[in-house]
Amino acid sequence: MDAMSVHMSMPVEETQAAPQGSELVAEDKPWQTIVWNDPVNLMSYVTYVFQKLFGYSREHATKLMLDVHHKGKAIVSSGSKDKVEVDVAKLHAAGLWATMEHQS
Amino acid sequence: MIPWERAGDTVMTKLDRREATVLRGLITQIDGMLRARADEAPQDELAELTGIRTGMSSAPEDPILARLLPDFHRLDDAGSGGDADQDSAAALRSLHEPELLDLKSGVAGVVLDTCPPDGGTVKLSLEQAEAWLSAVNDVRLALGTTLDVTEDMPDELPEDDPRSPHLGVYQWLTWMQEHLVLALTPADDDAD
Repeated sequence: MDAMSVHMSMPVEETQAAPQGSELVAEDKPWQTIVWNDPVNLMSYVTYVFQKLFGYSREHATKLMLDVHHKGKAIVSSGSKDKVEVDVAKLHAAGLWATMEHQS
Repeated sequence: MIPWERAGDTVMTKLDRREATVLRGLITQIDGMLRARADEAPQDELAELTGIRTGMSSAPEDPILARLLPDFHRLDDAGSGGDADQDSAAALRSLHEPELLDLKSGVAGVVLDTCPPDGGTVKLSLEQAEAWLSAVNDVRLALGTTLDVTEDMPDELPEDDPRSPHLGVYQWLTWMQEHLVLALTPADDDAD
């Protein structure tokens, strides 16, 4: 992502308690929406899109954005195939590079 | 241009004539590419009867269109699904691409309707400002693809670099988008 930012400060790692890896969750949410890093989308814009599309808090959206930026990708939502398909379509409309995959 | 100003449910800026001309030109050009892609979609009577449209099943060869209309699965080496993913990506593309093209042409249309051709004040509702955000981002994606922008791109390229004159336009749009995000982001960090 383009790091240009007029934000004065970048909130750091204030992770919300996101459910991770419990078997029950995995069974219920077999598909994942993945956003990949690209050099054009702005960090502020990506955070804004995550908040807007998924209703995430500023902190959670910022953490996901930083994961995309530093790790190259982040899982931004999960659920049924239909739900994730809709999420990917919305991210494409916003210009983010998103794909979906089945949890292995 | 001045940074976007937010007053209640209105977002405003001013563009000079040249800025308006450049922006409208780029938006029009990209919208033309999107519409040409839409026209390539298979037409059949059944689709007209049911209203369920079928888009192209293969990714665009043009790198700009390919960036604006990505696959639903990662199909290169970073993906894991093989042939099953290829088939699924083709099916998902033909299902979703017509709507995506409509959305992108729609936001382009909002910019063309609200950006005065000779420059001047741009006054937008929040909904229109959202459309500008998406449309300007599409232009940056297109320019970024053409200019082969990288994360560590210098602010200025060597003068003999053919991309050099265009980089300034890209940077101007980056600045415009950054300020539009700021104007649309609630000042209160605790907003839910």
